Amino acid sequence: MQNKDSIKNTIFIGIGLCLICAAIISIIAVGLKERQKNNAILDQQKKIVAAADLESFYGSVNNAFTSIEEKIIDIEAGLITNQSSEKYDLSKELRDPNRFIELSSVEDIATIKKRENFSKVFLEYREGQLNTVIVPVRGYGLWGILYGYLAISNDLNTIIGLEFYDHKETPGLGAEVDNPKWKALWRGKRIYDENGKILIKVIKGKVDNSMDMSSYEVDGLSGATLTSKGVSNLLAYWLGENGFKPFLDNLKKEKING
Amino acid sequence: MAKSSDVLFSPIFKENPIALQVLGICSALAVTSKLYPTLIMCVALTATVTLSNFFISLIRNITPSNIRIIVQMTIISSLVIIVDQLLKAYDYETSKTLSVFVGLIITNCIVMGRAEAYAMQNGPYMSLLDGLGNGLGYSVILIIVASIRELIGSGQLLDKQILPLASDGGWYVSNNFFLLPPSSFIIIGLFIWFLRSWKTDQIEVSEFKMSKNAPKEIKVDHA
Repeated sequence: MQNKDSIKNTIFIGIGLCLICAAIISIIAVGLKERQKNNAILDQQKKIVAAADLESFYGSVNNAFTSIEEKIIDIEAGLITNQSSEKYDLSKELRDPNRFIELSSVEDIATIKKRENFSKVFLEYREGQLNTVIVPVRGYGLWGILYGYLAISNDLNTIIGLEFYDHKETPGLGAEVDNPKWKALWRGKRIYDENGKILIKVIKGKVDNSMDMSSYEVDGLSGATLTSKGVSNLLAYWLGENGFKPFLDNLKKEKING
Repeated sequence: MAKSSDVLFSPIFKENPIALQVLGICSALAVTSKLYPTLIMCVALTATVTLSNFFISLIRNITPSNIRIIVQMTIISSLVIIVDQLLKAYDYETSKTLSVFVGLIITNCIVMGRAEAYAMQNGPYMSLLDGLGNGLGYSVILIIVASIRELIGSGQLLDKQILPLASDGGWYVSNNFFLLPPSSFIIIGLFIWFLRSWKTDQIEVSEFKMSKNAPKEIKVDHA
């Protein structure tokens, strides 16, 4: 056998091994791509369905999504656009300078720095009537940005659920945003008062149900003041004028007019 | 020639890669807050170290010694990428929980250590067993740590509530410290202590002796 430490052999083994490994990885990656993509989509759909509490009604996530329409909306105008929702990717939107705005520190209450101009929302219809609006929300908690979905019922002022799909909060404290008990507290909470002012927030401690404001308040997470504050802030932002308020207002008008 | 059963089983308690060699504890800290992701991580690491040992041993006689580390790394990282891809395709939820730690198997010292220390000198079959044994040794510790952390930290095992939580009307007040990574340091430390009291030959000779009393008259010159 030829000397294994010769330069020729070294180059031969190095290149050969790389080619073999690259080929195997490529085959596997391409072969599994479709499956991985479906997994990622299904994962998002699960969260959306969970936020809107639709699984009990439709039986399964896939069934629920037959009644859900995905729309790309222009956030500032609050109008549905005819852009395709299939290829929409938030991280791509936030890289294209024509498709996001930088937020000034006064506007940026959720500490997200950039806001996309177009957002993907989900509308659930029952018997031709709009039943639930599900909008993506995000904002800074304690360690990083929380990403989630907020489901609003068809009066456009009552929350059905809030579900986070990605966050970096402390396990056992801030990560209790995933606790089903806490999530259940959101159901039926109201967002705006008669003048359109946002009142919904996470308070410190427990909500006193005898108070007038209790329908706008959710219990704070104990030991996670900053996460609770972050959740309040992100709702205040995304439900406000720079967020989805124009869109929700338009939907409301549409509903009144016909 | 060592017996194959020795090669397979000695890394579990006698020469455990975590407890004796204190290798690969980074992932032991990071992924052990719940048992299920830990099990997946153990499978991923065991598969990687077993196969990487096998392939590295297979080509050990033609591997030029001056690029052997690169060759090893190429094989290990290819395997890890494959494991990661498979996980994303077949267990998406867990792959999200484990996130970067699957990719970090590449830098796990156990994998590289076994390749360099064993697979480069031994035949493919024995290397395979050695990899499997070390994977199991790693898994034993991780499973113990994760069981303790999940049980004390959230009163659950494999997401089933074992101890009813006080916040849900039960009696158990969960200890959140066990959900944080530093708790595994303590558990691993205790485990090493138990293991070394049981198998006393694992106790290392002290590198230096503590003197009985520090000399009293040390004058510190602050000038």
